[in-house]
Amino acid sequence: MNAADFICLADLLKRRAGFHLAPSKTHLATSRLAPVARRYGFRKTDELLAELRDAPEDLARAVTDAMMINESSFFRDKSCFEHFRGVILPSLLSARAASRRLRIWCAAAATGQEPYSLAIILDEAKIAKDWRIELIATDISSAAIARAAEGRYSHYEVQRGLPAQTLVRYFAQDGEHWRISERIRRMVSFHRFNLLDSYGWLAEMDVIFCRNALLYFEPLAKRACLRGLSDVLAADGYLALGASETMEGASTAFAPDDASVRGIYRKARSAAWPIALAS
Amino acid sequence: MKHCLVVDESRIIRKVVCHLLEEMKFYAEEAEESMSALESCRVQMPDVVLVNLGNSGGLELMRALRRGKTEKQPVIIATMTEHDIGHIAAALSAGADEFVLKPFDLHSLQEKFVQTGLM
Repeated sequence: MNAADFICLADLLKRRAGFHLAPSKTHLATSRLAPVARRYGFRKTDELLAELRDAPEDLARAVTDAMMINESSFFRDKSCFEHFRGVILPSLLSARAASRRLRIWCAAAATGQEPYSLAIILDEAKIAKDWRIELIATDISSAAIARAAEGRYSHYEVQRGLPAQTLVRYFAQDGEHWRISERIRRMVSFHRFNLLDSYGWLAEMDVIFCRNALLYFEPLAKRACLRGLSDVLAADGYLALGASETMEGASTAFAPDDASVRGIYRKARSAAWPIALAS
Repeated sequence: MKHCLVVDESRIIRKVVCHLLEEMKFYAEEAEESMSALESCRVQMPDVVLVNLGNSGGLELMRALRRGKTEKQPVIIATMTEHDIGHIAAALSAGADEFVLKPFDLHSLQEKFVQTGLM
């Protein structure tokens, strides 16, 4: 990959996904784009890169999709899910006791392990009968979201993080794969969504999981995204970021919920109750 | 130092797994079959027992450990070569807490240990 092609690719990813492509990732980019090049009939990845300056929409999207990191596993970062089960869910069940309605959004759902992990916790809490629960899963990659909606995983994927009891209880064997139970699958609605787009269709989320996505964002995109997340999060809602992600320099709208669990935030007082402060 | 007993008919597998355990700073002990495994549990109950499901008497070993009125109940992890829901369910109902698919590496073993609260 020559320098001009790299700049062009980095620019495309920044524009389309807010993604920061570090120069050290050139090799990774070349290997990720090889299958896309083959699919679009280019003989070499370099030929595809040369086309990027003026790429048609579908090619630009395929390139963006291929560069996204879809690393995921069930109950990834156990402490975050334990906090959801033990603190977030009970507190919201009491705060929403009148409306009996919960809205949960997984904003970087990748191949679905995260929303399904939450769906399993909600199922185990046995509230489905009396509550209206919306569990929305989105990802920028349409390939990832299609896989997520299918709910079919390899041996390797179900072995990572999923307790054996949960596997036996919620999955059925399907040849070489494992399929999540239809009841759990139907709890989640899947949509393709780019975190740089308008958040207008999302509102009053009680919980947002946006883990290990902002990590790859360039600073301006990260700031804009956090502003968007803050806009659609309910005043007393919860935001979960990845354990290694921080808000530093990107947003003052949130404050850590519990110092012992990394990555869980609530709206900062000044942001959540500006009127109370002004009076 | 936590103590792990590896029960497997294959000497090579026992060696490899004991080596992984030592890397994880566990005291590793090995047994070829269920009777000698039970014997060493009587002498000192390990924190975790890795039982090869393919061993004859593997399921019985798990049941015997769960029946035992010992002060401390070990974590039991079944090791298996086939990812089959019937085998997994059988291991769980015999008393296993988790399973791990063979061959496994340091990372997957660590994940299972973290999951079962051993690390």
